[in-house]
Amino acid sequence: MSILIYAESAEGKFKKVAFELASYAKKVAEKMGTTVTAVTVNASDVSALSKYGVDKVLKVNNDKLAAFNAKAYADVIKQAAQKEGTKVVVLSSTTDSLYLAPLVAVGLNAGYASNVVALPESTSPFTVKRNAFSNKAFNITEVTTDVKVIGLAKNSYGLVESASSATEEDFAPSLNDADFSIKVENVEKVTGKVTIADAEIVVSAGRGLKGPENWGMIEDLATVLGAATACSKPVSDLGWRPHSEHVGQTGKPVAANLYIAIGISGAIQHIAGINSSKVKVVINPDADAPFFKVADYGVVGDAFDVVPKLVEKLKEFKAHNS
Amino acid sequence: MKILVCISHVPDTTSKINFVNGDSEFDTNGVQFVINPNDEFGLTRAIWFKEQQGANVTVVNVGGPDAEATLRKALAIGADEAIRVNAVPTDGFFVAKQLAEVVKNGNYDLVIAGKESLDYNGGMVPGMLAALTGSDFINSCIGIEVNGTSVKAVREIDGGKETLSANLPLVVGGQKGIVEEKDLRIPNMRGIMTARTKALTILEPVAAENNTKAVKFEKPAPKTAVKLVSPDNLDELINLLHNEAKVI
Repeated sequence: MSILIYAESAEGKFKKVAFELASYAKKVAEKMGTTVTAVTVNASDVSALSKYGVDKVLKVNNDKLAAFNAKAYADVIKQAAQKEGTKVVVLSSTTDSLYLAPLVAVGLNAGYASNVVALPESTSPFTVKRNAFSNKAFNITEVTTDVKVIGLAKNSYGLVESASSATEEDFAPSLNDADFSIKVENVEKVTGKVTIADAEIVVSAGRGLKGPENWGMIEDLATVLGAATACSKPVSDLGWRPHSEHVGQTGKPVAANLYIAIGISGAIQHIAGINSSKVKVVINPDADAPFFKVADYGVVGDAFDVVPKLVEKLKEFKAHNS
Repeated sequence: MKILVCISHVPDTTSKINFVNGDSEFDTNGVQFVINPNDEFGLTRAIWFKEQQGANVTVVNVGGPDAEATLRKALAIGADEAIRVNAVPTDGFFVAKQLAEVVKNGNYDLVIAGKESLDYNGGMVPGMLAALTGSDFINSCIGIEVNGTSVKAVREIDGGKETLSANLPLVVGGQKGIVEEKDLRIPNMRGIMTARTKALTILEPVAAENNTKAVKFEKPAPKTAVKLVSPDNLDELINLLHNEAKVI
């Protein structure tokens, strides 16, 4: 009956989102009068999960699962759910979990609600609030099947500590060779840089910067804040910045704690992509730029004047506050 | 190679989003519908396959008669034929079941669907379709080459990308990167004229359950006014971000 989460790890260590899922699942479990079980794949030390209310950990250790494989991982989660008699599976919105979630849902004959932003409004019937229309609206969805798969939107719940003493159990699901027909040939990952997907703070710049040679100050601002850098669509179309930095409706979604938009006017498609961010700051010389309508804080000013000053002031602030 | 491209008929990205009937339905009044952008990237890639190595491209939509204009546009861009499954697409699993039936009957080698539609943002149809047809599946695909039956594809991952090898038949969840924005095609007059004579088959839906039900919609609470800080007083901005918003 317990709620099942898939606690994601990379190089053996849990991602922050694993703890967010645990926090969320703990609350759902309380509502439903049950417990939380986490399934882990090749995680070295699982004790950290008990800080967030996990009651039981099913540890899968298998070299065949060293590289992520959606079909095989979905199979692991499905078998863990069946073993536990789970009615609610909670997954995250990382690229990997978005990939495997529909496979898990079909495997368990479960209805799947993705992009969920809050605790269930009711557990019988089971209704959840989710993002829809690219962050321009919410959709209250009822999942009508016996087993439910919930995809929690990034950064929508946060971490809530709740001490428990989790029991650990080795779990060896049976893996089918057919699960491994897709093979990973090569992985290219940016190292030593905060990625947009993981970032708490994103610093983003647009055409107001006038040219790629002016991105030094954006990088400086990102460095002092420990932030990821991003850009608007025209900037990536012009080739000033790599496509991987394009955020917006057709680019990457951003759900950061703080999003700073510099020299971005705020086209509706851009806003749709970043609107899940909690706090938005805009720096733009044009007080009529649409971004000011959606931002929490704004500076009407020239980026070339404001950003270097802001970097210096933040350096002072950080020196006193860390 | 037989390619099936799954197409959602969605409100244009600039549309104002409103709801009617007690906030239970999307208000289509005055809204322009388009090919879902994630699907259009995949459609363009399919047409490149056709032009560069020979392929037959079918487009399919699960939707009402109003979606036919969107299918005709796909035909005008270069697809060979179109199928519309005549049903209201209210649940991802229901849609995937309809598409699975089309895939089973059509013997497609490659199925490309956008990784997510811009209306319901479910992000589940391509994966469910793969699971229902027993095909391999690659999501968030930003590059694909096919040689005989072997496939090399690139998938976006958090903070990078990964190259995968696979075999046909395959289902792909496409997005920007499978082709770029500049590669998208605008139908020309010849394309539009030819599209009028291409086959658009209407199929009745197969029985399938709805696993989810959209109960109602809500719009985000109106935004409080922006707090403006003078460019000469950036200490105040830092103060607000630290003490009020608590984000730095």
